[in-house]
Order: sequence, then C-alpha cells, then structure tokens
Amino acid sequence: MLILSRKINEKLVIGDGVVISIVEIRGDQVKLGIDAPKNVKVFRQEVYEAIQEENKRAAESSLQLPLLDL
Amino acid sequence: MKIASKSLGEINVDERQIITFQEGLIGFTPFTRFALLDAPQKPYFYLQSMESQELAFILVDPFLFRPDYSLDLSEELCSALGIAAPEETLILTLVTAPTDGSPVTANLMGPLVISKATRKGVQLILADPRWKTKHDVMAELAASRK
Repeated sequence: MLILSRKINEKLVIGDGVVISIVEIRGDQVKLGIDAPKNVKVFRQEVYEAIQEENKRAAESSLQLPLLDL
Repeated sequence: MKIASKSLGEINVDERQIITFQEGLIGFTPFTRFALLDAPQKPYFYLQSMESQELAFILVDPFLFRPDYSLDLSEELCSALGIAAPEETLILTLVTAPTDGSPVTANLMGPLVISKATRKGVQLILADPRWKTKHDVMAELAASRK
C-alpha cells in the first residue's frame, strides 16, 4: 500500500479526476473532501460492506415469506 | 423469451420485464440484466438474473410497511436512469428471508430505483440514519397500523 503524509488543506490526486482534500483534522478524526466524476461512486467502507453482506443474505433467502395482510 | 429461473423453473419473460442494472447490485456487479416477476405470493416480486439461474432476489414495496419511507433522487440519478417524472419511478427493496426462520427483513438502506420508462435500475446507498439494512417487515407493518 502506498502511504503518503499530507497536511491540512493539502490534496491528493488519484487517476484522472479524483481529488481528495484534507479538510479538517481533529483528534482521531479526519474530514476529507472528495471530488470525483459522477461515475465514480464513493462510500464509507462499512456502509458499502453492510449492503454487500445484506445482498448476499438476500440472495440466499428462503421462499417462505410472511403473509402481508394488506 | 424463455429463461431458467431459480424458483419458478423455466418461464417466459417479456422484454418489458427486463431491467438493466448497469452497475449491477452491490456485491453482484457482474450481473446486470434481471427479469422483474410477480412472486407466487403477493405482494412480493422476484428479481431473477437473466445471466445466472441461481441468482434471484425477493423484492417488496417498502411503502407497504413503512408509509414514512422516503428517499431523495438526485437530478443526476434521474437523468442517468431516464426518469422524467416521479410516477415513472419504481422503488423496491430487497427482502432477506433467513432459512432459520428468524424474522423476514427488508433492506431500506439499499433500495432499488427503477425507471418504468427505460427499465434501467440502480441500487442506492442511502445516508439517512433511519434506514437500515434490516427492517422487520411484519413488526413494522403492525407498528404502522397503530
């Protein structure tokens, strides 16, 4: 893994069009600003993984579905 | 056209039932073409992969048990999917029915947004903390009626 040191307000450029800025550093938290083309999706890793896991569980579902009395 | 489905055997699918998820579903990105079918049990749907017989999801309309469900569709998303008006939009959520009999849940954090006009779809990830990956469908339906 490439590891770079950056100071506040400094930026990183990834590929063509993704720019990450260090907006704020407070204690153990870093605020990042991300500029990316529309086709580049940016997610918090834990959120992305939660959806991925739930999709996998959904794909292994039983066909026993509760009756929704609507 | 005829396709082999996971739980309904060989079925006939009309072109108008085919939804294209250009980016796939999260964790299943290689699969982009799905048939949206009525499940034998109402009001559920099946989302059957056209590319893999073994890949199918159960879907449900989240508004049936969460009338307060809401999500924002950005202009970018609407133009990418070809959505010109709200009524052209179909919002469905993935159902998890555990084989161990624990409660059936719906994933309201990662809804599917589909354009009825272009039949393009996408799975969104919502940032609203109200919407989780597991909403107990029966419990929330009961709660919505109180």
